[in-house]
Amino acid sequence: MIEFTINGNTRQLDIEPEMPLLWALRNELGLTGTKFGCGIAACGACTVHVDGQPVRSCVTPVSAVRNSQVTTIEGLTVNAAGNPALTAVQQAWIDHQVPQCGYCQSGMIMAVSALLADNPNPDEAAIERSVSNVCRCGTYPRVSKAIRAIIADNAGSAASAQGDTV
Amino acid sequence: MKMNRRLFLLGTTVIGGGLLLGYAVTRPDRQSLANRDHTSAGQSFLTTWLRIDPDNQVTVVVPHSEMGQGVLTSLPMMAADEMDADWNQVRVEQAPATDLFANGVLIKGFAMSMGLTVPAFLDRTVNFATLKAAEIMNMQITGGSSSVRFTGEMGMRAAGAAAREMLINAAAAQWDVAASECDARNSYIYHDASGRSASFGELASAAALFEPPRNPTLKTPDRFTLMGTAVPRVDIPAKVDGSAMYGIDARPDGMLYAAVTTAPVFGGKLTRVDNVDAVMQRRGVERVIELEDAVAVVADNYWRASEALKQLQPVFTGAEFDDVNSSDIFTQFDTALDSAERNEDVHAGDAAEAFAGAAEIIDARYRVPYLAHAAMEPMNCTVHFHDGRCDVWTGTQDNLGIRGRVATVAELNENDVTVHPFYLGGGFGRRLPQSTNTIDQATRIASHFDVPVQTLWSREEDTRQDYYRPAVSSRFRAGLDSNGQLVAWENVYIGKNEPVEAAHIAYQVANQQIDYVESPTHVPFGAWRSVAHSQHSFFLESFTDELAWHAKQDPLQYRLAMLSDKPRHRRVLQEAATRAGWTTPAPEGRARGIALQESFGSIVAEVAEVSLTEDGAVRVNKVVCAIDCGRVVNPDTAASQVESGIIYGLTAAMYGQISIESGRVKESNFHDYEMLRLADSPEIEVILLESDDAAIGGLGEPATPPISAAVTNALYALTGQRVRELPLKHYRFTPTPIEAAGNA
Repeated sequence: MIEFTINGNTRQLDIEPEMPLLWALRNELGLTGTKFGCGIAACGACTVHVDGQPVRSCVTPVSAVRNSQVTTIEGLTVNAAGNPALTAVQQAWIDHQVPQCGYCQSGMIMAVSALLADNPNPDEAAIERSVSNVCRCGTYPRVSKAIRAIIADNAGSAASAQGDTV
Repeated sequence: MKMNRRLFLLGTTVIGGGLLLGYAVTRPDRQSLANRDHTSAGQSFLTTWLRIDPDNQVTVVVPHSEMGQGVLTSLPMMAADEMDADWNQVRVEQAPATDLFANGVLIKGFAMSMGLTVPAFLDRTVNFATLKAAEIMNMQITGGSSSVRFTGEMGMRAAGAAAREMLINAAAAQWDVAASECDARNSYIYHDASGRSASFGELASAAALFEPPRNPTLKTPDRFTLMGTAVPRVDIPAKVDGSAMYGIDARPDGMLYAAVTTAPVFGGKLTRVDNVDAVMQRRGVERVIELEDAVAVVADNYWRASEALKQLQPVFTGAEFDDVNSSDIFTQFDTALDSAERNEDVHAGDAAEAFAGAAEIIDARYRVPYLAHAAMEPMNCTVHFHDGRCDVWTGTQDNLGIRGRVATVAELNENDVTVHPFYLGGGFGRRLPQSTNTIDQATRIASHFDVPVQTLWSREEDTRQDYYRPAVSSRFRAGLDSNGQLVAWENVYIGKNEPVEAAHIAYQVANQQIDYVESPTHVPFGAWRSVAHSQHSFFLESFTDELAWHAKQDPLQYRLAMLSDKPRHRRVLQEAATRAGWTTPAPEGRARGIALQESFGSIVAEVAEVSLTEDGAVRVNKVVCAIDCGRVVNPDTAASQVESGIIYGLTAAMYGQISIESGRVKESNFHDYEMLRLADSPEIEVILLESDDAAIGGLGEPATPPISAAVTNALYALTGQRVRELPLKHYRFTPTPIEAAGNA
C-alpha cells in the first residue's frame, strides 16, 4: 500500500511502488488534468507539486511521495477554505489569454506557481531556469507577459501593504 | 462569388493546408432532420448552424475542431454579430460527427456548378478530407483557406443574418407591422414605433416556420459589434484548471490501455513475438495483440502496458529500406535535381535565352530535413466495440473523417460508428484522418475486446511513426544582366506537394523556369503546419537575399523594387521594416534579416534580429511580423496565432531534424528532437493589417514559412555566412559583419 495526500485527501493505493506518480494520478485516481508528454522529464507537461516543490511526475515513482502532500492542477484551484477559486497565476493566464491548445498549460501553471510561491520576484534568469516546459503552440511570449504581470502585482501589493503599516 | 445560398450555404475548412470539411445547409429536408434529431422540447433550429432556446439562449454549433486556434470563439462571434445576439447569451457547441453536418452533395454540386469534374473520392460521401478537395475549393474561392474564411464567411455570417431576418419576420407578423420597422439588438427584436419588444427565444418557434432567406443581407463592417474585437476565448477557462478534456483523457467505463510498438523501418512487418508467456504473467496485463506491422500489450493501466511491452521481443521483417540513411536520400535528391526528367511548374518568358544572354549567373543549392509534428498530446485513440457498432473518443482535425476511417477498418456502416469529439493537444496537420496509423491500430486492437481500449503512443512512437514534413532539396540559378538586374530565375525542386503555388515567386522576373522532379522515398509524409510553404519560403527568400547582397542592395529595397504591382506585399514589408527600425543600426552585436511570404490568402513579412551566444550559436532576440489577412475577426486570437506560427517555424529552423538511419528514424524524444523553450523564445511584435475588399486570409499557418529565412538572412548580415541547410543547431558562427549595403 502506498499512502499519500492528494489535493488534501489521504489516499491509499495498492499499486507497484515503482509506478510513476503520473500514471497513478491519471489511471488509478482519475485525475486527468496532469498530462503525459514525454515520459522522460523533458517537457514538463506532467508537473505537479510534492510538498510544494515542482516535480515531473512521469519519472517520480509513487514510492517517493509516500506520506507526502501532492497537489495537481485540480487541487490548485481549491483555496484554503476548500472552495473553488482561481489562483493569481490561473487568473493571469485568462487575463493574458495564454493557452492555445492548452495541453501543456497544467504543467506550465504548476511550474510557474511553484516558482512564484518560492520567489515572488524572480528575475528573467530564474524564470527561464524554472519554466523549462515545452509548449508546441508557442505561448511563451504570453507566458512571459503573464508572469511579469503577476510579479508587478506582487510588488504593488507589497508596496501598498508596506504603506498601510506606516 | 455567385452561388445559390439556399442550396449551397456551405462551410468548409482547410486546416494544416489539407483539410476540407463540409457542413450544414438550409435545405428543408436537412432542416427537418436537424429539428427532429438535435432539438428537445421548445427548441428550434433556424438553420443547422444555430439553435435558439425558449430561454433566449443562442447555441452556435461549430463544425470544426478546437486545437488552440480559437475557432470555438471566432466562428460564433461571426454568427452572433450578424444575428445581433447578446454575446453573454451565446453558447458554443461542438457539432456531432453525423451526416447532418456533412455536405458531400453540396461540395459536388458546388464543384460542378463551376464546371469541374468531381473526383471519384468526392463522389461517395463527404466525410473525407483531401488535399485535392482543398485545391478545388482554393481554385474557386479567391484566396483564403481557413475556417473563418469559409465556414465563417459563407456559413456563420449567412446563418446569423438569415436567423435575424426570420426572427424579424416572425415579430412583424405577430405585431402586424412591417418588417422594415423592426430591428434586432442584444437578442431582442424591437418595434420602436410602438415600444414593443420580444426576445429571440420568445420568437424562435414562430421564426422557424419562415423560409430561410435565399440571400440574407450581411452587415457592412461599420455595423460590426463583435467582429474586429478581442472577445476572450471561450475555451480558455477550462484550460487553466485542468478540466479541459483531450482525447487522452477519455475515460469510458471499464476502459483498458494499449501500448504499441510498430515496425521501426517503415513498411516492415511483424514476423514473430517472443517472451509472450512471461509478459502475460505481469500484473494487469490482459492480452498481447499481434498486428500486421505492430504489437500491442493491453493492460488495466497504461504504465503496466508499456512496461510489459518493453519485455516483449517482437521480430520485424528486414525490409528493403534497412540500409537507407538520410545521406542516401539527399544523394538521391541531388541526382534527381540534375536529371533531365523535369516536370513543369511555372514557365514564363524564355529562361533559356535569358540565361544565354546573362552577364552573370548565380547558383545555389538548398535543403531541409524531414520534420515530425511533435504535438504535445501523444497520438491516441479510444475505441469501444459493442452491439455491432462502435464508439470512438479522440481529438481530431476531422471528426467525420475519423468516423469514416474507423468504419472502413472495422468493416462497419458509418452510421454505426459514433465519434465523441475532444480538444486536440496540438494538431499542426498530424491529426488529419489521412494520417491513419494510430486510428487503424486503435480500431484493430479494440476489436479484440468488448470493453473500451485506449491506444496511446509513447513519445518515442509518436516521433518515429509520424507522417513527416518531407525533406526537400532545391536548386537555383539566377541570371543577371550587365546592370546586375535579375532577368532569369531557374528553380528545380524535389516533390510537388500542397499548396501547388509554394515554389512560385511574388517578384517580377520576366523569365522563369520553375520545375520539379519526383524522387519518392520510403518515409511517410503528411501535412505539416503551412505544408510546402515552410520549406520553399526558406529557399526562395534566402536565395532572393543572396541576390540582393550580391547586387550590393539593401535586402528590403531589393524586394520592394520587384513588387511594384503588389501593393499589399509592399505594405507588409514596409510596416515590418519600419517597426523593426530597419534603417537604423541594430544594437551592438546584432543584425536584422527580412523575409516575405504569401500563403493561405495572407501576406506576411518578418524581420528577425539575431545575435550570437558566447559559443557562437544563434540567438534570435526579436521578431517583428506584419501580416495582411484581409480582415481581422478577433485581433487577440489573430495575434496569438501569429506568435504561435513564428515559434513553430523557429523551432524547426533552430532544432528541427528527423534523420533516417538504417531505414528508421533516429530521433525519439525531446532530448534529441529539441523544442524551443521560454529561455530561447524571442520578443515578438505582431502588426495586423487589413485590406478593404480583400478576402479574409488564414492565420494559423502563414506566420510559419518566412521565419527561417528571416533568421538566416539576419545571420548572413551578422556573420557573412550563408546558411543553405537547416537546422541551425549544427552551426557555430563568428561575427564578421559585412559592410552594410544600399540604403541600410
